[in-house]
Amino acid sequence: MNRNYDVIVVGGGPAGLAAALEANKNGAERVLIIERDKELGGILNQCIHNGFGLHYFKEQLTGPEYAQRFIDMLEGTGIEVKTDTMVLSVTPDKKVWAMNTEDGYCCFNAGAVVLAMGCRERTRGAISIPGERPSGVFTAGTAQRYINIEGYMVGKKVLILGSGDIGLIMARRMTLEGAKVLAVCELMPYSNGLKRNIAQCLDDYGIPLYLSHTVTDIKGKNRLESVTVSRVDENLAPIPGTEIEFDCDTLLLSVGLIPENELSRNAGVPIDRRTNGAVVWQDRQTEIDGIFACGNVLHVHDLVDFVTKESMIAGRAAAEYVKNGGFPETTAENTVSLAAGNGVSYVVPQKIAVERTEKFVEAFFRVRTTYKDSEIVVRADGEELNVIKKSQLLPAEMERVVLPKAMLQKAAGKEITIEVRTKGDN
Amino acid sequence: MDKIYDVVIIGAGVTGCAIARELSRYKLSVLLTDKENDISCGASRANSAIIHAGYDPEPGSLMAQLNVDGNRMTGDICEKLNVPFKRIGALVLAFNDEDMETVEKLYRNGVANGVPGVEIIGREKLRELEPNVSENAVGALLSPSAGIINPWEYTIALAENAVENGAEYKLRFETASITRESGVDGASIFTLTSAKDETVKARCIINAAGVHSEEIARLGLFGEDVELGFRTIPSKGQYFLLDKTQGTLFSRVMFQCPSKVGKGVLVSPTVHGNLIVGPDAVDVDDPDNTCTTSDALAFIRKTASLTTDTVSYRDNIRNFSGIRPNTDRGDFVIEPSPVEARFINSAGIKSPGLSSAPAIAVKVAELVKESGIELAEKESFVETREVVRFRELDNEERAKLVAEHPEFGRIICRCETITEGEILAAIHSPITPLSLDAVKRRCGAGLGRCQGGFCGPRVLEFLVRELGISPNDVLKDLDGSWIVKLRDDETTN
Ligand SMILES: Cc1cc2nc3c(=O)[nH]c(=O)nc-3n(C[C@H](O)[C@H](O)[C@H](O)COP(=O)(O)OP(=O)(O)OC[C@H]3O[C@@H](n4cnc5c(N)ncnc54)[C@H](O)[C@@H]3O)c2cc1C
Ligand SMILES: Cc1cc2nc3c(=O)[nH]c(=O)nc-3n(C[C@H](O)[C@H](O)[C@H](O)COP(=O)(O)OP(=O)(O)OC[C@H]3O[C@@H](n4cnc5c(N)ncnc54)[C@H](O)[C@@H]3O)c2cc1C
Repeated sequence: MNRNYDVIVVGGGPAGLAAALEANKNGAERVLIIERDKELGGILNQCIHNGFGLHYFKEQLTGPEYAQRFIDMLEGTGIEVKTDTMVLSVTPDKKVWAMNTEDGYCCFNAGAVVLAMGCRERTRGAISIPGERPSGVFTAGTAQRYINIEGYMVGKKVLILGSGDIGLIMARRMTLEGAKVLAVCELMPYSNGLKRNIAQCLDDYGIPLYLSHTVTDIKGKNRLESVTVSRVDENLAPIPGTEIEFDCDTLLLSVGLIPENELSRNAGVPIDRRTNGAVVWQDRQTEIDGIFACGNVLHVHDLVDFVTKESMIAGRAAAEYVKNGGFPETTAENTVSLAAGNGVSYVVPQKIAVERTEKFVEAFFRVRTTYKDSEIVVRADGEELNVIKKSQLLPAEMERVVLPKAMLQKAAGKEITIEVRTKGDN
Repeated sequence: MDKIYDVVIIGAGVTGCAIARELSRYKLSVLLTDKENDISCGASRANSAIIHAGYDPEPGSLMAQLNVDGNRMTGDICEKLNVPFKRIGALVLAFNDEDMETVEKLYRNGVANGVPGVEIIGREKLRELEPNVSENAVGALLSPSAGIINPWEYTIALAENAVENGAEYKLRFETASITRESGVDGASIFTLTSAKDETVKARCIINAAGVHSEEIARLGLFGEDVELGFRTIPSKGQYFLLDKTQGTLFSRVMFQCPSKVGKGVLVSPTVHGNLIVGPDAVDVDDPDNTCTTSDALAFIRKTASLTTDTVSYRDNIRNFSGIRPNTDRGDFVIEPSPVEARFINSAGIKSPGLSSAPAIAVKVAELVKESGIELAEKESFVETREVVRFRELDNEERAKLVAEHPEFGRIICRCETITEGEILAAIHSPITPLSLDAVKRRCGAGLGRCQGGFCGPRVLEFLVRELGISPNDVLKDLDGSWIVKLRDDETTN
């Protein structure tokens, strides 16, 4: 067995699929996708609702349909796929240790590696919800898997914490499966989900949304019996006396996703504390030469369409890297670093090599809270390079600004910050 | 006629299991019972997991002797039974003069109790050993023989080893009443009746019921009007368990000075490479309610910040609590009932009970012998237990294992790198696990940062397939903790 590849992609979700296809299109001959699940498609396989592909295919697709489009494109490309195979380590010299029941435990060599491992859900522990520890407390994704893939029901009376898209989608799913969803509670004073999901998943079914509320107690020695919810103040601290007790047998937690970067960390890839993903250049190369990252492992995306676009950038760059035997060194004078300023929680990419920029670089970022009638300000060393008016900004929706090459040349060697300016700030 | 066991043990925590194992060396019929559906569902699964060195207990106490002996024996047992145990040493930090006096007292205790290698160190040495310790620590007691252990795997391993050597077990047997009658030789024969009205007969009973050991001890008075001599005062301790990214903060167990209520809040690596922070100590009325509370968790964070302020609590993966079976005695209660030599209490086994378990077991075996039951050694006693831990193998060993046994080539628990082979081995281990948590306690699947989010559904399928049970009957943990239901149409058909 020949174990040398031009590009090895770790993870066969939408990110890995797009990266592999694009690497192949751009001249990487031997491309291998390694996926630990039995099927390609990643988390999309359990997202049987509609709403994928509006941007990329200009169509409403289900998760599995969206994934299938890319899986079909693999045909005839010569891209190799190993499913039911887990990558256990990636080394800085791009050896990929993986294992399955057929090949056993073995090592593959890559010219370039694309990390596309997606993310995992934050759990009850991550937010330290006190109380007893009965069964019936699930992360939303785990419940989704039990219901949509395994075909079980997880409970009859349900409370959901977290109004991100996954929480909202699961409120509808549980209702359609015959459960009673008592409420969706959200810690923040606004929902973290897309507007269309609030309308289609809550309003259409009369499910109440409690903003500025969180779970403060869990009861049940064996199976969940009740959940106490309290209103929170402006510092997000529960207000005594506002407790509401819900009798329910199921609590679904949709309290955030964490990029799954254990492989990256062990490979020595520096991680940005803001994104919990790798620090990357505009072509999604990490700080380790020839190792790229894209999709949810890099930063949590709300729309798969953006995952696809980002991963195409990484795939193309990985192919270039292999073809050219590496990228030329970038000097500090030729580097622009991107930083999150006022009101912005993170920016990707974090670094730009100016001479490797063709026409422009798109910078993706999220805001910290909701803003109305505000401005996005792009600034280098105090100088305003661009100001964009925004009628509304939501933390749930990833924002983007275009940084043209001329602007980057001007800012070379400096830091560009992206910040939010509200009316009062001037 | 019902079988009469030579010895029935009530309670399958670390005490009961260590006793079962010790007694399984002898030609005795032994039955280990517990009210729950698995071994180690009490304090033995929810504690600090420290094998204490033995400088805490007052010199001359039973606790002092059993702790120091137990500490010494634990290393050997863990090696033979293949249980994760690391003798990493401990530091008791002093932040002021008063603390320093306590440290000196602990040092003198340690020397008197025969604790090996205790030493008082100053600020500089402390910082050299543990660079992440707070600037405010002025000195410490260094105690190299303290260790960290996987407490539930230890308890299960002791039970498995006992079973391997002929002991029997009966779970879901909650002793509700005990009667005695006179046997042919004049000695009593006991009948234990469970809450579900099952019965078991014994020549000798050992009470190792943890926080419920006072209740059982009262049954052992058989209505006679005598003083029991101790009272249980349950005390709850809560914890944070943090991700492995936090697990390298310290290389030793970092205690603060003990107070009247407990050994203080500690910060320590765990044998799995995580970080544990806790416990507090609060007396509680309900000995079975292990809920956590936000006040206690806030208190623990604040108190631990004295030791270090570098812990990132956003990397917390779990909170839990355990109930200490504290008593008003101040020492372990290991003695026969005042009215029956063959009703032996091993009660009020509070901290350092985990550390003392093997020595407690030897002590209890002596009491069994003193009660007139003959302890004749078996010709052969299996001392070891084999466990495959994929993630601890090197590359070559991994390749070889998977080539021979493909089921080890599929990772099921991604966070802890646990293979299908290990999960199947756990399911078919001597004491069958019936819940996801029971599988977790045996092989570690679901213990990691995603808390079983990924592997839970898979392990559920394995339990269904391997044990031939319905998904409705797979539990998360204790009886009643169902996870999923087949859809109505499937159950009614
Ligand atoms: C409930 C839910 C609802 C959503 N709804 C929408 C929606 O309506 N519209 C929309 O556009 N987007 C939606 N999304 C978002 C979209 O699904 C994700 O953004 C997208 O799937 C991320 O792609 P990815 O490839 O980065 O990660 P994933 O899809 O998570 O794929 C990562 C893959 O890597 C594999 N992997 C990880 N580690 C290893 C390893 N060590 N070895 C081998 N393989 C490994 C994993 O098994 C997985 O298959 C939703 C997501 C969820 C969870
Ligand atoms: C917060 C905390 C921290 C601790 N830290 C440490 C430490 O770091 N080091 C250390 O050495 N020790 C420590 N300890 C102490 C240690 O955990 C205990 O001493 C030890 O686990 C006690 O074991 P046990 O078998 O006696 O009790 P348990 O483990 O509680 O077992 C008793 C068993 O009896 C069963 N039972 C009860 N009633 C009945 C009945 N009627 N019928 C049948 N079965 C019954 C229960 O189900 C249970 O399984 C700590 C304890 C706590 C709570």
